Amino acid sequence: MEFPKDVRYTKEHEWVRVEGNVATVGVTDYAQDSLGDVVYLELPGDGAAVTKDETFGVVESVKAVSDLYSPISGAVIEINDALVDSPEVINDDPYGDAWMLKVEMSAPAELKELLTADEYKKYVEEEK
Amino acid sequence: MTLKNKNLKITPLHQIHKGLNSRMVPFAGWEMPVQYTGVIDEHLAVRKSCGLFDVSHMGEIEISGPKAIEAVQSVTTNDASELKDGQVQYTLICYPNGGVVDDVTLYKFSDTRYMFCVNASNTEKDFNWIKENAGNIAEVKNVSNDFGQIAVQGPLSQEILQNTCNLDLSLIRYYRFQQGNIAGVDAIISRTGYTGEDGFEIYMPWDKTIDIWHGLMEAGGKFGIKPVGLGARDTLRLEMGFPLYGNELNENTTPLEAGLHRFVKLDKQYFIGKGALEKQAKQGIDKKLVGLEMSESGIPRSHYKILAKGAAAGEITSGTMSPFLGKAIGMGYVAPEFSSIGTELKVEIRNKMVSAMVVKTPFYIRNMAVKAAN
Repeated sequence: MEFPKDVRYTKEHEWVRVEGNVATVGVTDYAQDSLGDVVYLELPGDGAAVTKDETFGVVESVKAVSDLYSPISGAVIEINDALVDSPEVINDDPYGDAWMLKVEMSAPAELKELLTADEYKKYVEEEK
Repeated sequence: MTLKNKNLKITPLHQIHKGLNSRMVPFAGWEMPVQYTGVIDEHLAVRKSCGLFDVSHMGEIEISGPKAIEAVQSVTTNDASELKDGQVQYTLICYPNGGVVDDVTLYKFSDTRYMFCVNASNTEKDFNWIKENAGNIAEVKNVSNDFGQIAVQGPLSQEILQNTCNLDLSLIRYYRFQQGNIAGVDAIISRTGYTGEDGFEIYMPWDKTIDIWHGLMEAGGKFGIKPVGLGARDTLRLEMGFPLYGNELNENTTPLEAGLHRFVKLDKQYFIGKGALEKQAKQGIDKKLVGLEMSESGIPRSHYKILAKGAAAGEITSGTMSPFLGKAIGMGYVAPEFSSIGTELKVEIRNKMVSAMVVKTPFYIRNMAVKAAN
């Protein structure tokens, strides 16, 4: 199970990578492992507003439907169309090719509320 | 996610599943493997080569005595009177109102001994029901704890099983069974299954289940045999349009609504539910089970609403992304006027109306995978 240090985490198992004022969002290795084979992904459109802790999309495995929660607030400036066409990439490369959204943050201070890799790892181990 | 599986029953293969790093989930009071390597991988193994399923959670109920056939006939919709020894029959147990107690397979050992294989979730209910309604004419025994059960399913099943079995398996036809020996263990070997592929369901003494599992894994190693969990068991049966009790069947649906007419013999002298089903056959049904394929992006799931011409038309009972076909498929009940093949419907998915079409089932035809590979 991977917990890269260059991203921040939510307790809902999303990650955020920040460059300047843009946050890239995806789901964690633990999330993809728990989901199993991912077969469907629904994301908001370009320009949509996302709000911290509110749903921004849905990911479905063969068996189950799970909501995706935004780690930060802002406006969507890019979505990963290729991932919508090939959602199985979420299982293969959750922190890389399986990024979902790029968000122009409206409240970067929210980042402070997210978990570090060590904190998230500990959280996941307790949840097991 | 709740992973504290207290008070769950375990099968004789529980340690094996854990050793294989399976994901265990509670199912019908049992802790069962839902997947090992992944649902799609396991699903395709069954379609293309062979999969091994621990189905020891399923229940077995034995009916015996000189009047065993009368007992069986009175609680089932199909006609067991023509069965030969060594024959299996799919049949239903109904309530007087025609609702389904369970869908089961019936094994005939002799005129005086029959066995039902029943859904794990219904074992107690079925046993009590049969005992209550037929216990005065035959002996009814819940023998679920005596038997483990393993299903070997897929186009290579016969070849693999033959390597470790003393019977000539080519002589066991579909829906027939024989008593034989596998990996040194006496077992009931039945050419039946819940996947749409060729295969066998094997019943063995509870504490010998592990020997047969090992024997089959060893015999199947070079053929790519894989353990398969409940996740793929569900997607495999769904591609076949097979009903699952609790989804397509329950006490509020009748076999006629589920399209199971072939297994309801209204010309039988008597069975529980006959009056209600006769009436329904005459007057017509209010809902009908159909297969659906999504025409737009989205996956139908149990309890999603089905709409036709902007108005409520029914409800999805099962749905998934078909691992073999790569299409979103489902089953559901709709008003009969919307049940013809080709009817365009909408499925409400997260407040959106997504287009779907009524299609023929099964979605998958046996050997499609083998043919596609050739």
